[in-house]
Amino acid sequence: MRIDLNYAWRALTKSWPLFLYGIRMTLAFAIVGTVAGLLIGLVIGAIHALTIDPLDKPLTRVLKKIGHVFTGLYVWVFRGTPMMVQAVFLYYLLKPVVHWSSFTAGMFIISINTGAYMAEIIRSGIQSIDIGQTEAAKSIGMTNTQLMIHIIFPQAIKNTFPSLGNQLIVNIKDSCMLNAIAVTELYFQATSIAGSSMRYIEIYMITACIYLVLTTVATFILNNIERRLSGKKTVALKEMSA
Amino acid sequence: MDIIIQIEHLKKHFGKLEVLNDIDFTIERGKVVTIIGSSGSGKSTLLRCINLLEIPDSGRILYEGKDIMSGHLNVNKYRSKVAMVFQNFNLFNNKNVIDNCMIGQIKVLKRSKEEAKAEALKQLRAVGMEDFAYARSTTLSGGQKQRVAIARALCMNPDVLLFDEPTSALDPEMVGDVLDVMKELAREGMTMAVVTHEMQFAAEVSDFVVFMDKGVIAEQGTPDEIFNHPTQERTKQFLSRYSNR
Ligand SMILES: Nc1ncnc2c1ncn2[C@@H]1O[C@H](COP(=O)(O)OP(=O)(O)OP(=O)(O)O)[C@@H](O)[C@H]1O
Ligand SMILES: [Mg+2]
Repeated sequence: MRIDLNYAWRALTKSWPLFLYGIRMTLAFAIVGTVAGLLIGLVIGAIHALTIDPLDKPLTRVLKKIGHVFTGLYVWVFRGTPMMVQAVFLYYLLKPVVHWSSFTAGMFIISINTGAYMAEIIRSGIQSIDIGQTEAAKSIGMTNTQLMIHIIFPQAIKNTFPSLGNQLIVNIKDSCMLNAIAVTELYFQATSIAGSSMRYIEIYMITACIYLVLTTVATFILNNIERRLSGKKTVALKEMSA
Repeated sequence: MDIIIQIEHLKKHFGKLEVLNDIDFTIERGKVVTIIGSSGSGKSTLLRCINLLEIPDSGRILYEGKDIMSGHLNVNKYRSKVAMVFQNFNLFNNKNVIDNCMIGQIKVLKRSKEEAKAEALKQLRAVGMEDFAYARSTTLSGGQKQRVAIARALCMNPDVLLFDEPTSALDPEMVGDVLDVMKELAREGMTMAVVTHEMQFAAEVSDFVVFMDKGVIAEQGTPDEIFNHPTQERTKQFLSRYSNR
């Protein structure tokens, strides 16, 4: 049980196109999944966070309640089951109807899975905004939609950015579960390389290192964006003294 | 007598607690009415009902003779006409000072950006915060925040300004700045309803004083009547707590 570093190096130089293909697929799934998931999460999270206003008409009230039930169910199911099971189940369930490739199915599944987590982050982000912000907006006559878009969303997204960004890291790793429907991402590639060479330890060591590089770079980029988001203050102060 | 807001038989409860019990109350155009009373007597709830942040259980609130809960009135339009200033300022944290003053004008009153900006600068000047127009609201002191909040409300060109303890969350040295702004507004003839614990201010500025106790209006009258010749025992007791300080 020892690691043959020489072999690992040779495997890497020989099989790098296969690894590279896997890396590109993994990144594609992670990025699309995170962005699409964020959009889904914004909508679902906002619906989930809607409060019943005493001034609502009966119809609005009923619609809001239906919205709560629907979004609650969605989050419950997709956070409560493994993505691998969701992938296999939905892939085969919908295949006769939509005739999708495993690539399309993979993109869809990672997006709605991420959407459920994003929705929870957004919902708690919205609910953690001081009620005074909402009351002030209402007190000058803003509608619920206006105050959501202009006052609550921007603050909720900024406050939850670290958690939202963390979903990218999670997706870089968890996209490997899509190998269950034969999506040719990094883990899938590693498995086939290891299978033909029978050198599991070396191949998976390389794979682990690649994942580590990807997540490290992603963390670095996210930290930069985060710093820029909170850096707005200095800009405003400069404008002020100008 | 030109009445802007007339409240009749207003009732409101939270759970088992009767917070407002049959309140009758009017706000006259161009006048300042202050509402005093001990903690929990229902002062904030009364103001919040006027702005519909709380929905009354029963009774009527008439705005220029029209029932605001009849469904015929656009609630958001109405709210912009009775803008509110809060104890905790509640400036929009994601916006700078001038955007705080512009967003309502643009979204609710549908003014153009230029109009909104001009009005915002005018009102910020009036409260002495013009120099901070491009500062982030979160960087201001309490007194500055409250003056911006007043400007934000004024930008809606409201018929009435509601103040809920506007100086209670301020450091003592800031209280004067905010009260000065309010006194100036009163001089200019702004209609105001002010919940306050600043008795000196109430005596000086009010046209009318309402003393609330346990969800009812226990006594009301001119500042002279309430502060110098109160008739009710509970009014006397309440006021003595202030004069002893
Ligand atoms: N949303 C609410 N839910 C339940 N109880 C409430 C709510 N708002 C107010 N109350 C209760 O109603 C009573 C009156 O509250 P209100 O805030 O109107 O008093 P107040 O006269 O403004 O007092 P203070 O001087 O402390 O501000 C209090 O006992 C308070 O606890
Ligand atoms: Mg109060």
